[in-house]
Amino acid sequence: MTLLSVRDLGITYQTQGGPVPAVRGMSFDIDRGEVLGLAGESGCGKSTVANAILRLLPKGTRVEGEVRLGGEDVLTMKASRLRAVRWTEAAVVFQGAMHALNPVQRIGDQIAEAIVIHGQAGEREALVRVGGLLEEVGLPPRRIQDYPHELSGGQKQRVMIAMALACSPSLIIADEPTTALDVMVQAQVLKLLKSLQRELGLAMLFITHDLSVLVEVSDRLAVMYAGKVIEEGPAREVFGSPKHPYSQALAAAFPAIGDERFRHKPSGLGGDPPDPQAIPSGCPFHPRCPVAFEPCPTVVPELFPAGPARRAACLLVEGALVHVPRAGA
Amino acid sequence: MSVEEHEVADVVLDVRNLGVTFEGRIGLIGGLMGRKGNDARAVDDVSFELRRGEVLAIAGESGCGKTTTARVILGLQKAQQGQILYEGRPIGSLRKFRRRVQMVFQDPTGSLNPRQTIYEIVAEGLRIHRIHRGANGESEEELVARALSRAGLRPPKRFFLLYPHELSGGQRQRVVIAGALVLEPQVIVADEPVSNLDASVRGEILRLLMKLRDEDQISIIIVTHDLGLAWTVADRVAVMYLGRIVELGPAEDVLTKPLHPYTQALLDVVPEAEGIDRPILAGEPPDPTRIPPGCRFHPRCPEVASGAAGEIGVEPKCRAEDLGLGELRPGHLAACHLANATVHGGDGGTSRTAVPPGERSAG
Repeated sequence: MTLLSVRDLGITYQTQGGPVPAVRGMSFDIDRGEVLGLAGESGCGKSTVANAILRLLPKGTRVEGEVRLGGEDVLTMKASRLRAVRWTEAAVVFQGAMHALNPVQRIGDQIAEAIVIHGQAGEREALVRVGGLLEEVGLPPRRIQDYPHELSGGQKQRVMIAMALACSPSLIIADEPTTALDVMVQAQVLKLLKSLQRELGLAMLFITHDLSVLVEVSDRLAVMYAGKVIEEGPAREVFGSPKHPYSQALAAAFPAIGDERFRHKPSGLGGDPPDPQAIPSGCPFHPRCPVAFEPCPTVVPELFPAGPARRAACLLVEGALVHVPRAGA
Repeated sequence: MSVEEHEVADVVLDVRNLGVTFEGRIGLIGGLMGRKGNDARAVDDVSFELRRGEVLAIAGESGCGKTTTARVILGLQKAQQGQILYEGRPIGSLRKFRRRVQMVFQDPTGSLNPRQTIYEIVAEGLRIHRIHRGANGESEEELVARALSRAGLRPPKRFFLLYPHELSGGQRQRVVIAGALVLEPQVIVADEPVSNLDASVRGEILRLLMKLRDEDQISIIIVTHDLGLAWTVADRVAVMYLGRIVELGPAEDVLTKPLHPYTQALLDVVPEAEGIDRPILAGEPPDPTRIPPGCRFHPRCPEVASGAAGEIGVEPKCRAEDLGLGELRPGHLAACHLANATVHGGDGGTSRTAVPPGERSAG
């Protein structure tokens, strides 16, 4: 059953340098209990998507399309309803969110506050629930009494996860939740997120540039480039045998240790991710694409079927050219 | 032996018994409670050689001492113990040595002066070292142009008058590398050279580093937490834990047949498609102000926890006896009582329980 449905999402920031189209027509669904991994490099629009779902974008940003959460259109709902939806329906765990903890308030009180404000329990009951939440994220309940400075980075990120779970949402949006953490702690937090997700049947939108992390936690993967999804499909298949040349380059940046194909052979793309204000014509990836051919600079590829449950926006996907008007004709 | 002589001659940098201690700091609360600050042994008896034209990766968690080790080599940090030999001679004239050993910083955006042009940034090293002419009489402009070109910024003159903000992340990292190359270094120390770059851009920078190693015989030390990166570019890998090198050897051996349980643990947390249901070391990165007695890894060691070390009878040693690196396989060193017992116990006749940690899955 579809929990989150995003249709033709377009987001344009208004800046002093003019409008910046950060997201240019995104559509995706997340089922209940499903984890969708959203991959892409800085500036591709992935965090913008995360923020748009709960309407956390700066004032004046132009948002088009539709975001349906449990059937309700988030983009048009009243502010009062939106406040209820945040936390109780969907909650966000940000990168470096641990810095968002109030340094002079005990962590127990901070989590309880969210529960009380959303009318889910009285203060006393809320604190009991917080103890349980902390246990669930692998912290001893006595930590309720601690101030943020008494916790390590990994522990703070656990607190942020507990806070996201406080009002029992059905969707967690995790935007680079482990990027600022050390390798060992990152693995611990990922394992925790994954086991909570399974245990509570949570749906998750997991966003990171690190494809290898995504493939570990996600059921499906969507790869973004220049504000659009350019490939999607089952996580392991997209990572293991990417169809789009950009996904291929991205996957190659995360080598499998022991795999001789990567040994002393770093592979990467020339050029840089495009400036959202100057997106190349046709396929936005064509200036960097190692296999670009004649029609690529003029034809915008849609997401073509690319195997079972897979789609890729590349004219080289088998059968894609059938859909394309003949170049130069 | 001639082979040995050859090897010695090829050592560019010889790091011997390096030790760095940071004086203990007392926090406000600790001070009020009458606590005394513990000294932090950031680097503790670290020795290794860097050979000509090799890439050595120093890997480990944050706080393991890898960056401090790099900073000592660069002369940015004083060491209380040990010495560093450059081409067989102790570092005498710091400035001359500094010229030959150059740093590539982690964050190209933060390490470039936004008010300087690319030309000024690259020429700065020459000016600091008062180099007005190249070895063949080149002008400063020619030297800067050549460095930019070697770093892949071509045509170089097009970049002279640009400012850092006009370049992309990958180009900025190339400017940083050009700033190092202009001094014709023998050694480049790169601290997380690609971790701030977009994944698709990383490969190009790594390819550039490989080219410097292959074509110019430059030796490169890469400090990183990323073992996948080590697999891609390093010839040898040193794994550090709590200020010590706990394993050192050819990248293939260390990364696919590790001898130390800590290396195995680091390899276990490299994300992979197989999923996340695998053992992960508990606890936080260790605290260099409180180094455990015996093998410093024993409180977190899965081999001790599982009883594997006990079965072989080395567990008391693990808890009590500090140990240094031993060469357990040709060129492959590790500091582990268990690996010592199992590998030294006879190569052919290792019993099933006595397989070194890294070989268990392979066997």
